[in-house]
Amino acid sequence: MFIISVPAGFPSPAEDFVEGPLDLNRYLIHHPAATFFVRVIGDSMIGVGIYPNDLLIVDRAVTAVSGSIVIAVVNGELTIKRLHQRQGQVSLVPENPAYTPIEITAATTFEVWGVVTKAIHFLA
Amino acid sequence: MSRYIALVDCDAFYVSCERVFNPKLEGEPVIVLSNNDGCAVARSNEAKALGIKMGAPVFQIRELIAQHQVQVFSSNYALYGNLSNRVMQTLRNFTPEVEVYSIDEAFLALPGTCDATALTTIRETVKRWTGIPVSIGLASTKTLAKIANHQAKRQGGIYILDQPAAFLATLPVSEVWGIGRQSTKKLQAHGITTALDLQQVDLRWIRQQIGIVGVRIVQELRGTPCLPLERVPPLRKSCCVSRSFGRLVTTLDEMQEAVATFTARAAYKLRRDNLTASLLTVFIATNRFSPDQPYYRNSATVGLSCPTNDTIALTKAALQALEPLYQAGKQYQKAGVWLGALTPANQLQRDLFINPHDQERARQLMRVVDTLNRQFGAGTVRCAAEGLRQLWQTRVQRRSPRYTTRWDELLQVP
Repeated sequence: MFIISVPAGFPSPAEDFVEGPLDLNRYLIHHPAATFFVRVIGDSMIGVGIYPNDLLIVDRAVTAVSGSIVIAVVNGELTIKRLHQRQGQVSLVPENPAYTPIEITAATTFEVWGVVTKAIHFLA
Repeated sequence: MSRYIALVDCDAFYVSCERVFNPKLEGEPVIVLSNNDGCAVARSNEAKALGIKMGAPVFQIRELIAQHQVQVFSSNYALYGNLSNRVMQTLRNFTPEVEVYSIDEAFLALPGTCDATALTTIRETVKRWTGIPVSIGLASTKTLAKIANHQAKRQGGIYILDQPAAFLATLPVSEVWGIGRQSTKKLQAHGITTALDLQQVDLRWIRQQIGIVGVRIVQELRGTPCLPLERVPPLRKSCCVSRSFGRLVTTLDEMQEAVATFTARAAYKLRRDNLTASLLTVFIATNRFSPDQPYYRNSATVGLSCPTNDTIALTKAALQALEPLYQAGKQYQKAGVWLGALTPANQLQRDLFINPHDQERARQLMRVVDTLNRQFGAGTVRCAAEGLRQLWQTRVQRRSPRYTTRWDELLQVP
């Protein structure tokens, strides 16, 4: 709440229109209890604009669908990839031609850790 | 049934917190150590299966750890506290009636229509949102819910205790919530050995034996709620911050640093809860088990002329109290600060000798300090008396990163 002080006798014309400041937390985070911040290392996702040292907002309450960018656990290791599901076949696809997709087979332990909903890139 | 009580209890909570950010620990024996890395305070099922007992001192299980490659962590309370809040917040999506009973347990009031499917939804949602596995016991009272939860831990994570009699017959009376060692002895002497025996005693008799507390327990075992859900935690009566040192403290300078640090922490807790203290006690102690040094423990209490939660005023009082306690030449292992006679901060009495303007300035200063420390991490802004290097700090050699409370310790993912 802003308190606008004006000389006595003249109410501010803005007084009735004052609104709260914009809150980035509320704008970016829809499930606070389920949302975690993660730091990117590696360049396997630069094709979608996710660069090393970027900050990711990961929402575990969101259900992953084919096409979602996810944090996945593959054989105990965490990784950021795009989830692909076609005819029962699941794969984790990088967004950088230098990397190859990971095919999930019966021998792989695989789990979606959370869905990446935003990436924050620092310019300065 | 008009209303159910559920007890939601996190499975091996500290271990589960570590596993959320380190999935490789899944299926491995993991233990978390107490403050100062002394003994095991949390064990994964795999660690329990190796025979590691709750509270086992590290030096006794060193071989077991090496032999089975048990993963060992120092406690990371910043992480556990944050994940606990997330679990509780998730539970509040299902009912507004949540009593946070401890860092890893909550009682929930649920409608009488609640069934296994609803409990499974709660359980799966908590796991998916926070990564923490929980077990849920459901019954008509808190005491029975506690018993149901025991059973849930053994079979599949949820348990509804609808017909308690048969089950209570198999439960030793000592396992009933609220029945301590003394009461157990007394009851056993009268032939009451199971929870079912206790459920069937005469109320007047139990009142004579163990008082009104006993009456409530018996009523609860019969399915009549006597212990209401406490949604607002009861007002704190005192606030204590004490720690064992990472290494023995042998100089007054270091002891002053430690006492000032504990005081600052306790003062912060008061401000957070909007309370003020009128009494301050400092205590210091040497190692009780030292073979060659006599045990020395002493404490001193000072009264504060005006109830306060100001770090600077409390630190002055604490250092003053410490002065006569400290004996040179001793090796101290532990110290603590206790704040008592707490009253709500808004009932402040005016101190005749303090200028209200100065008081307001002090309050503003503390507000700024708290904001900075919340934003940049505890201890970012502190009194010089707390020291810079703090070599006596509790050992946390194997602490995992504080993934959810420090920008520079976030989970890193390739």
